[in-house]
Amino acid sequence: MKKLKPWVPMILTGVLAAWFLSTLTPTPDADFKFNEFGQLPLVFNGRLKPMDSLARNSLLEIREKQTLDTEPWKGWDENPKIISANEWLINVMMNSAVADAWPVFRVDNTDLITLLKLPEASAAQKQDGKHYSWNQIAPTFDLINKENDRVQKIESAERSAYEQAVVKVFDKLMLYEQLKNTLQPQDVPDWKEELADYQAMIPAGVAALRAQQAGQKYDQAVFNTFADDLQQLDDMSQLDAPLVVPPQDPSGNWQRVGTALLNAAKGEPVGPAVLAYAAMGDAFRRGDAAAFNAALADYRASLVPAFSPALHKAASEVFFNQMQPFYAALVIYVIAGLIGVCSWFNLSETLRRSAVWLVGLAFVIHTTGLIYRMVLEGRPPVTNLYSSAIFIGWGAVVLGLVLEKIHRNGIGAVAAAGMGFITLIIAQNLAIDGDTMEMMRAVLDTNFWLATHVVAVTTGYASTFVAGFLALIYIMRGVFTQTLDAATGKSLARMVYGIVCFATLFSFVGTVLGGIWADQSWGRFWGWDPKENGALIIVLWNAMILHMRWGGMIRERGLIVCAIGGNIVTSWSWFGVNMLGIGLHSYGFTDAAFKWLSLFVASQMVFILLGLLPPRMWRSSQARTADAA
Amino acid sequence: MRTLVDRLIDIFISLRLTVILLAFAIVIVFIGTLAQVDEGLYNAQARYFRQWLIFGLDVFGHRIPLLLPGGYLIGTMLLLNLVAAHIYRFQLSVKKIGIQLVHSGVILLLVGQLATDMLARESQMHFVEGQTKAYAESARSNELAFTTDSGNGDEEVVVIPGRLLASGGEIQDGNLPFTIRVKSYWENSEPTFRAPMMKNGPPLTTNGVGAGFDFHPDEETKSMDEKNVPTALIEIIDANGSLGDWVVSGWTSDDEMVQGLEQGYAGQVGPEMARKISDQLTQPQSIQTGGKTFTFALRPERVYFPFSLELLKATHTIYEGTDIPKDFRSRIRLRNPQTGEDREVEISMNHPMRYAGLTFYQYQMDAGQAAREAGRVPSSVLQVVHNPSWLTPYIGCALVALGLTTQFMFHLVGFLSKRKTK
Repeated sequence: MKKLKPWVPMILTGVLAAWFLSTLTPTPDADFKFNEFGQLPLVFNGRLKPMDSLARNSLLEIREKQTLDTEPWKGWDENPKIISANEWLINVMMNSAVADAWPVFRVDNTDLITLLKLPEASAAQKQDGKHYSWNQIAPTFDLINKENDRVQKIESAERSAYEQAVVKVFDKLMLYEQLKNTLQPQDVPDWKEELADYQAMIPAGVAALRAQQAGQKYDQAVFNTFADDLQQLDDMSQLDAPLVVPPQDPSGNWQRVGTALLNAAKGEPVGPAVLAYAAMGDAFRRGDAAAFNAALADYRASLVPAFSPALHKAASEVFFNQMQPFYAALVIYVIAGLIGVCSWFNLSETLRRSAVWLVGLAFVIHTTGLIYRMVLEGRPPVTNLYSSAIFIGWGAVVLGLVLEKIHRNGIGAVAAAGMGFITLIIAQNLAIDGDTMEMMRAVLDTNFWLATHVVAVTTGYASTFVAGFLALIYIMRGVFTQTLDAATGKSLARMVYGIVCFATLFSFVGTVLGGIWADQSWGRFWGWDPKENGALIIVLWNAMILHMRWGGMIRERGLIVCAIGGNIVTSWSWFGVNMLGIGLHSYGFTDAAFKWLSLFVASQMVFILLGLLPPRMWRSSQARTADAA
Repeated sequence: MRTLVDRLIDIFISLRLTVILLAFAIVIVFIGTLAQVDEGLYNAQARYFRQWLIFGLDVFGHRIPLLLPGGYLIGTMLLLNLVAAHIYRFQLSVKKIGIQLVHSGVILLLVGQLATDMLARESQMHFVEGQTKAYAESARSNELAFTTDSGNGDEEVVVIPGRLLASGGEIQDGNLPFTIRVKSYWENSEPTFRAPMMKNGPPLTTNGVGAGFDFHPDEETKSMDEKNVPTALIEIIDANGSLGDWVVSGWTSDDEMVQGLEQGYAGQVGPEMARKISDQLTQPQSIQTGGKTFTFALRPERVYFPFSLELLKATHTIYEGTDIPKDFRSRIRLRNPQTGEDREVEISMNHPMRYAGLTFYQYQMDAGQAAREAGRVPSSVLQVVHNPSWLTPYIGCALVALGLTTQFMFHLVGFLSKRKTK
């Protein structure tokens, strides 16, 4: 056994690395090549992306998961049928008769469920009381429309939970309808044939339209059918569905199927994409996998070489989607953190080293994901709230590992693992809003300021949180365990002090750079915007801690308590100010985030109170006095 | 025996004072942020930040009776504290160089912000494509302008600041051969057309715009996106007696607001009639006295330049297939007769034009699909800022960053080498 000990960290790391690598290849397709379909490029929300991203992001927005459980009333042990996002999307776009019956719309608000007369949970009725199908909601569309019109007039910050749920379900239905109208007009049973009829009718139809407008004789039947077709295509193109038809010339603009077919009536050629997707849909509805795969392969071949870069970019993004690096890192951080905490109790060097190795592995995966994202987007690491969580976690892990390298007492490793875990959990929850690689609005469209101001400010956040996290460790170990001896306490306090210095530097520089950016974009260095104020509070807080320390107003324990206050001011700046619904940085926020923020602040208050308990009530100092006696 | 002065000096150089001031700063910044929800950014700034003392707070509609130092007081005290500490504790040692740098950077930032607060002026230029302007307009302040022919082909303009109207009473100006008596003044107002077939109350005055329109006071707006449009009822009196009551209103000189009003009327009475109504609102008003004609209007305060800008093209680009704005860009022709300059400049988001001590920023734009569909000529608004101390934050930031880095490197190196020798 003893001989094995030095190898334990490496073996553990090897096992988890092997697990991560095994998730890189997708589940192979049985007959229909769903994975290959997922790699087809399209343009939506202003950027080129693969079908796979459209599928995952849409499903996240509608169902808050990246896969679809078609039998949600069954428990996990009853083996419910789970299908991939791609398979779901293909059904929505090509075979809505099936997709419309799947329970995909997540509705949580009970008032809304009552209003829409949706069934309650019941295994016998095959209902889980949370997920509903398009067909189940369809009878109440008018009601939802009416309620949504009313709620849209209310400022988003002043909406009740029910009103927010109305807007949410309305948005989900809109997105679903866009998807249904992406490749064909929704609910057309035999689109391939209808498309052929439409194309065949164009010459006669256009002639009839012209004659009608000129007041000449025309064929009434042809005119009516053609006018109906055009109306249907116009309705379809009005929905702002994804743009799936590549331009004739690679530098041109992508088109929606509806627009492309309307343009066909004006004499423009219908590109191969429209026909290819119609052929795939036809084969898919007939269950003919061979024909589907052949049509798919033909279409892919037609994109080469003009759209090879698009295909390549789409394929890289699919690989990134499949890799889910932040999820893998999250799992490994948890394991590392638990092992690290155990190392404090039995002071086992093997456990400590294992924790460090695992944090190292998670960090490598975390970094890979971060860089991969930057390359995909062509942007610095932080572009929105989601990526700020990922970057804050990453920065905190770096700091934790540096501390561990210096102090070698398992504290840095646990801080790294804990911060990595928490921030990635936050990121996972922020990703529910859909595409996390959205385009940057005009004023934000500058890589220079995103790379300097935003990176510096988020590094400031990360380091203030690390100091706060170390302080939490100090309090927990000190109050509840006997593991905080004088040396450990002193070393923790030194770490906190060092990190607070670091945090002061970055939050100050980041905040002032933000002012300089503001001066560059609208001529006001400081505008007292809530987000600016939030960052300023962090700077002031850190500066106050340092001055109190230098002036001898606080010592070890005071420093620790103040550092926990840093958690509160940083979470306020990161999330709190956004909830005010005012200012330049307001993103609009849900009740859920507010609830979590309040809970977090309350918990930090509790820790501050614990920190203020007299030393004789701390288990660690009881132990110390007992030792001395 | 320690004198009172010694004790005062002790207080002013103490770290304890620094900490107290920082703590107050945190409280004020936090409250000033929350207050923006109810009071709006401008009012919250004026009440908490640009203030010496704060009497009572309002947080989410609850009044808390407290006396707190305002932003000005905290800033000034911090400045005194820093400067005093520097003077009394100054040691030129390598070890302290970082702290010295940090503190001089902070002093520069504080002084710079104070200077900006006193000296910076913001105004805006609103023009449509093809229009040339040699002045910018204030977004907040108004002026009552009297224009008359000077006799040598030029126009002579005498302006009375809007705040004089607001304070009421009688106004005299050496350049005007008459007195203005302010009868009423509303900071924000709303006009309604006196439709001929309707039952109208008595008009404010039968002269000029007052004959066709009623004006009512309206609640002052707190939002940053809206503005107050003032209206005043004045009487003009020359040596021979009264020249009548006149309504002067910001409404008559604001193309954008008039356009909005016209669109509203167009829905009720048709576009042609709406046009006539709005023409009536913008009809110039004038009086005659001493053989001269004075045309007058209440308009946004103007800042004239010795050069002119012409808007050549306003471009609003969006991301493919969305309405997310990608870029706003104004192509400008800059003409300066004094220097003989005549060149094209492009101003876009994050790329302002700095010229003649002024900075021109891309601010707003109406050149997208909505403008095209409504048949409006594309237009652009530039924010014009005059701020002589704009460089101070750049230098201050550099000093502080340099100082903090030096200081922490000293600490880190010291700490690590101590560990090694252990």
